[in-house]
Amino acid sequence: MDNNGGYKSLINIWLLLMFLTFITVWIAQFDFGALNVPIALLIASLKASVVALYFMHLKYEDGMTWIFATYPIFLLFLLIGFTVVDMFSRVIN
Amino acid sequence: MGLYSITTKILKSIAYPSELVPSIEEDDGHHHFDPVTEHEGAKLGMWLFLATELLLFGGLFAAYAIYRAKYPEMFMLGSSSLDVVLGSVNTVILIFSSLTVAVAVKAIQENRIQLVKVMLWVTIICAAIFAVNKYFEYTYKFGKGIYPGTDIFYSIYFAATGIHMLHVFIGMAVLGVLLRKVYQNKYSKDNFTAIEIGGLYWHLVDLIWIYLFPLLYLVG
Repeated sequence: MDNNGGYKSLINIWLLLMFLTFITVWIAQFDFGALNVPIALLIASLKASVVALYFMHLKYEDGMTWIFATYPIFLLFLLIGFTVVDMFSRVIN
Repeated sequence: MGLYSITTKILKSIAYPSELVPSIEEDDGHHHFDPVTEHEGAKLGMWLFLATELLLFGGLFAAYAIYRAKYPEMFMLGSSSLDVVLGSVNTVILIFSSLTVAVAVKAIQENRIQLVKVMLWVTIICAAIFAVNKYFEYTYKFGKGIYPGTDIFYSIYFAATGIHMLHVFIGMAVLGVLLRKVYQNKYSKDNFTAIEIGGLYWHLVDLIWIYLFPLLYLVG
């Protein structure tokens, strides 16, 4: 890899993140009702993936690191998902 | 093999794990394994630590999800009282500081020590600006009589941004120690593990804020 190529791609990734941040703020002025949170989470997850893949070099890591990086996402779904399902499916409060 | 020798072997392997692994010839007193294994192991350990950090914030996100669904008006009102401009500025600052850390990690692998110093300084300064902005936000809220106990939205707001702020301070301390060691010429292209995993920690601070910003400031 030539020296400046690596730095240039980092700056390009940063520009992409800036663009996505602008989209985050811009899209918030529209009201999509119940879809507001999912849309915000979708853009945030896109940004988070870009940070993890390129700034944190996950793209170049081995399978073991991928398991360590993605397994907590599954745990988060369990934690948040089941807590929410539990709270809103109780017959007796 | 008798029970005694098996037991001593197990105890020894726990007490002196490095003796089971072929060590490198020139022992400089810092490495327990060969450098590549140590580098990969340290990185994997950091990712595991980041996983626990994610779950720490996961509890707060679960609380957010439940109370937002229960009291949408409260969250609407609370969210609109937050300063979107200041929040956006802080987002831009944190993402920029993520870039500078990423550049520092790349620069140390090419032995460009001067560039590493500049990038780490910029990162720490960005973190400080972020903290100052947050200080103004908090004092403005306190001035209006809004405290963590005002309502559930502000409880979650202060808890989430407060714990995040704590991570910013710890990140500043970590980067400060790294910077000091860079000045002491402790790192080079053959020894940059500490800078890389310190950088991973700083990226996590950015990752958490990427979610906190829209959920608290924008989605109302």
